[in-house]
Amino acid sequence: MDTTKQTETTGSRSFSGNKGYILKAENLRAFYGAFLAVKDVNLDIKPKSITAIIGPSGCGKSTLIRCFNRMHEVTHGARISGKVLLDGEDIYTPGIDPVSIRTRIGMVFQKPNPFPTMSVLENVVAGRRLTSVLSKRTEMEEIAEKFLRQAALWDEVKDKLKQSGASLSGGQQQRLCIARALAVEPEVILMDEPCSALDPIATLKIEDLMRGLAKDYTIVIVTHNMQQAGRVSDMTAFMMMGDDRAGGLIEFGRTDQIFTNPKDKRTEDYITGRFG
Amino acid sequence: MIKSKTRVLFRLGDKIFPKFTLICSLIVVAVLVNILIILFIQAWPAIKESGFSFLVGRSWDPVKNAYGALPAVYGTLLSSILALVIAIPISMGAAIFLTEIAPSWLRSIASFIIEILAAIPSVIVGLWGLFVLVPVVRNPIESWLGTHLGALPFFQGPPFGFGFMAAAIILAIMIIPIITSLGRDVLKSVPGAQREAMLALGATRWEMISRAVLPYGRSGLIGAIMLGLARALGETMAVTMVIGNGYRITASLFSPGTTVASKLASDFSESSGLSLNSLIELALILFIITLSVNVIARLLIWRLTSVKGKAD
Ligand SMILES: Nc1ncnc2c1ncn2[C@@H]1O[C@H](COP(=O)(O)OP(=O)(O)O)[C@@H](O)[C@H]1O
Ligand SMILES: [Mg+2]
Repeated sequence: MDTTKQTETTGSRSFSGNKGYILKAENLRAFYGAFLAVKDVNLDIKPKSITAIIGPSGCGKSTLIRCFNRMHEVTHGARISGKVLLDGEDIYTPGIDPVSIRTRIGMVFQKPNPFPTMSVLENVVAGRRLTSVLSKRTEMEEIAEKFLRQAALWDEVKDKLKQSGASLSGGQQQRLCIARALAVEPEVILMDEPCSALDPIATLKIEDLMRGLAKDYTIVIVTHNMQQAGRVSDMTAFMMMGDDRAGGLIEFGRTDQIFTNPKDKRTEDYITGRFG
Repeated sequence: MIKSKTRVLFRLGDKIFPKFTLICSLIVVAVLVNILIILFIQAWPAIKESGFSFLVGRSWDPVKNAYGALPAVYGTLLSSILALVIAIPISMGAAIFLTEIAPSWLRSIASFIIEILAAIPSVIVGLWGLFVLVPVVRNPIESWLGTHLGALPFFQGPPFGFGFMAAAIILAIMIIPIITSLGRDVLKSVPGAQREAMLALGATRWEMISRAVLPYGRSGLIGAIMLGLARALGETMAVTMVIGNGYRITASLFSPGTTVASKLASDFSESSGLSLNSLIELALILFIITLSVNVIARLLIWRLTSVKGKAD
């Protein structure tokens, strides 16, 4: 992403393609069979920013971000309508392979899920190996070191590269999963409550890490922790379930604005802890 | 609310139940040890008489009182291993198909059929082998292999139909349902998070299966295969009906042969004295082989579950 794209002003639909936005949802609806879980989401995500999605549990936050890398359709019977534009191109255009989308938009899950039969080193390169041949051990080690450093894990595991990925602590496992996602060199990284299974110290480490990563990557993070959204994100999206049980986007704006001066009464109620 | 009287009964049950299960497991262990002891006592005259030559001897001759176990052990291992060679790719493919690929309606139908297949009595499978399989093995299978691959030692000699080849195929047919159904359970137990992790990295479905699902289930799958092997080693009736009862060691798969179990089944009623003791020594060998295979299989499956506990 070049810097001119970042300085474009927001809001206008008139300019062509992706200028200003790397990821954009247009009238996005997500279904599980006949059940409408997320309805009519319009959302613009700027490159190299951190966007937090907050809202009460069950309002469709996970469902929404799983639509962004076409993981939603992995669930049996799940489908979407509307558009998700990545660099101006709809990732749901017929003929586009979801596999190629997932190499451009990576994902970190709620529970750390390293591959237990692989070593720490093999875990880091597991995704990268799918697209490029890493025959030499030194090549693998170089890549592993680079991304373990990016994930702020190198110093802790440099002597444990041959141990199983599952032998690390929970926080280390989650950073290993982040390194694994980074090693594919995606443009966008989606994180679904990445700290909810971790203790406060491991959580702070990952928040620090995210702020560093936002220099090079676009991050979308789901969190049920409002303090976390306030600490790490540039933009915040507030979602809520409507009377029809379908989750919708209530308000989207700069994080400081959402937290100090929300425009919608429901956002204010949620921020001030009056429900949820 | 549960009435207090019933609650007292429940509490009593809580106390008795662990003891009851303990007693049951002790009985099982006792029976196992008892079998070993009885086999050993019954085999003792033969062990004393033949000694080590029993293990390496190649003939079974009640007239000369010469008893050697090697052809039976060889036949057992050959037919079982050959059966595994046939059964492993088929049952792994079927297990993967059932858990990862098939639509859900087909999954339940196919699983049902597999459970039924596993439950067919072996004497009935044997009858089918006798009437259908053996003629087909003779011609076209063995005659084709003989003409085209006859240079290899495995495919030499006249095509009998009865022999190692037929025994291996019938064993494969009998263990495919077992390995498939255990393998399916192993693959089903692989957490969805492992699959999603691989998919989210940009893996195709096949890459997800081969790089996340199968490695995760590796030891469980090996365990399933070993249990299939244990079943093949001890299988008696169906093998006896198609193996052709030849007591020899030969590389040719067309040749009639014998396994420990089929030797026992066909000779037991006509044996007495030392030949009976020798048969029981054969049984002891089989018992030890299958017991070790089972123990190794259980250990592998048990390791799978402990790895899983660590990973999530
Ligand atoms: N696999 C699924 N099948 C059917 N319904 C689902 C599935 N996953 C989630 N849902 C439903 O979709 C809605 C949104 O869920 P989710 O996106 O997980 O919410 P959140 O992440 O905000 O807690 C909920 O009503 C939930 O019950
Ligand atoms: Mg969620």
